[in-house]
Amino acid sequence: MDSIIALTGDGFVMCAADMTNARSIVVMKEDMDKIMELDRHRLLCMAGEPGDVAQFTEYVQKNVHLYQLRTGVSQSTRAIANFTRNELAKSLRKNPYSVNLLLGGYDQHDGPEVFYLDYLGTLHKMPFSAQGYCAYFILATLDRYYKPNMSEQEALEVMRKAIDEVRIRFLIKQPDFLIKVVDKNGIRTVSK
Amino acid sequence: MELGFLDRPHGAGGVRVTGAALVDELGYSLGCDRMHPTGAPVLTAPPGDAPASFLTEAFRGQDDHALKFLHGTTTLAFVFQGGVVVAVDSRASMGQYIGSGSVRKIIEINPYLLGTMAGGAADCSFWERDLGRRCRLYELRNKERISVAAASKLLANTVYGYKGMGLSMGTMITGWDKTGPNLFYVDNDGTRLKGHKFSVGSGSTYAYGVLDQGYHWDLTVEDALELGRRSIFHATHRDAASGGFINVYHVKEDGWVNISHEDSGMTKYYEYKAQSAAVDSTAMES
Repeated sequence: MDSIIALTGDGFVMCAADMTNARSIVVMKEDMDKIMELDRHRLLCMAGEPGDVAQFTEYVQKNVHLYQLRTGVSQSTRAIANFTRNELAKSLRKNPYSVNLLLGGYDQHDGPEVFYLDYLGTLHKMPFSAQGYCAYFILATLDRYYKPNMSEQEALEVMRKAIDEVRIRFLIKQPDFLIKVVDKNGIRTVSK
Repeated sequence: MELGFLDRPHGAGGVRVTGAALVDELGYSLGCDRMHPTGAPVLTAPPGDAPASFLTEAFRGQDDHALKFLHGTTTLAFVFQGGVVVAVDSRASMGQYIGSGSVRKIIEINPYLLGTMAGGAADCSFWERDLGRRCRLYELRNKERISVAAASKLLANTVYGYKGMGLSMGTMITGWDKTGPNLFYVDNDGTRLKGHKFSVGSGSTYAYGVLDQGYHWDLTVEDALELGRRSIFHATHRDAASGGFINVYHVKEDGWVNISHEDSGMTKYYEYKAQSAAVDSTAMES
């Protein structure tokens, strides 16, 4: 039931995720952070099977740290995306992780980027993307209102429209969304 | 060779315990009032004309997990100003059948950590005991008590390792560490959530119904304990698979305390009914 959204703007990536955790018909938690901070410039939006998500994304996060510690170099967003895709693809025919992700990051050379990843090992670079049931509503909204190189204000406006659509049309209640932005200065939480 | 011991299968004391003598210190008969010609005790069969066919009938149409204990349960825990309150029922259902009415679903992992049990009784009690063992080892190795976060993660990682292999557990791990009172929800699909208020089991929706409406951070200890008790009571009232006794624990800075163990059936029902009747009559008077 997770709803995750990411889009690129002028020099930043904006990520949004709902904050609800439910099991069967019961809401267990309404203040969950589904946007993991991989390093200072990388956000990983997480959706999928609860246990798998926690284990897999933590594994990715620790490996990103390990690479930095070993080499003193931080990987590009694309490199992290390919590492993650490879791990998903390796597990697919053994014991697949039911995990769908959006990786957003700011890179000195490549600028802001969003990558779409799913449990089948799909990897695409996208200007904007969404995962979960919310994608059925939001993708059209984003197709209509998204423009390249939006300012943070404009992007927030588009994101608000998308989230609003989920709140109006989606059967399942998702009252709170967390929005994080990453740019050349790092990561900050914009709103709840 | 001395083979005398072979003649005395019933213990070193030399007292041969026969079926008729099988009465414990409290004077309760263990139901072995008949004796087999060989001298071995014979257990009395359950009442009913054909116990075997009764059991077949009772568990008909269920898969081979029908005899798994504890599928119906209500457990809850919440953090508030005065620590953590943990309250649970005590019924163990085996399909349609009440397997036991006096199960202790709060597991004392160690003097400052508690775990609750919902799902498979064996899975919960085994893995939470194993958790206790590993928490003790941590303590010996690090000369420091394990945090609740770390303890719950040990459990979450263990059950994640068995994911899809049939473990069934929905548990809350709670305690007081350096960071204060803590509550985590851990279940068999590897979910681990930190929170202030959880309820688990078939009666959890009913318990939430009372708990959510009565909960405040600033609750007094007495009110909080009563809220936990009430929530379980109302859940046992509505959920057929929950019942028996209400056990309540309170986690404080210096560890947990067992607060109460009360019958959740008629006794509580009439007690609460009398209370609301008293409230009604004062409302009428004013």
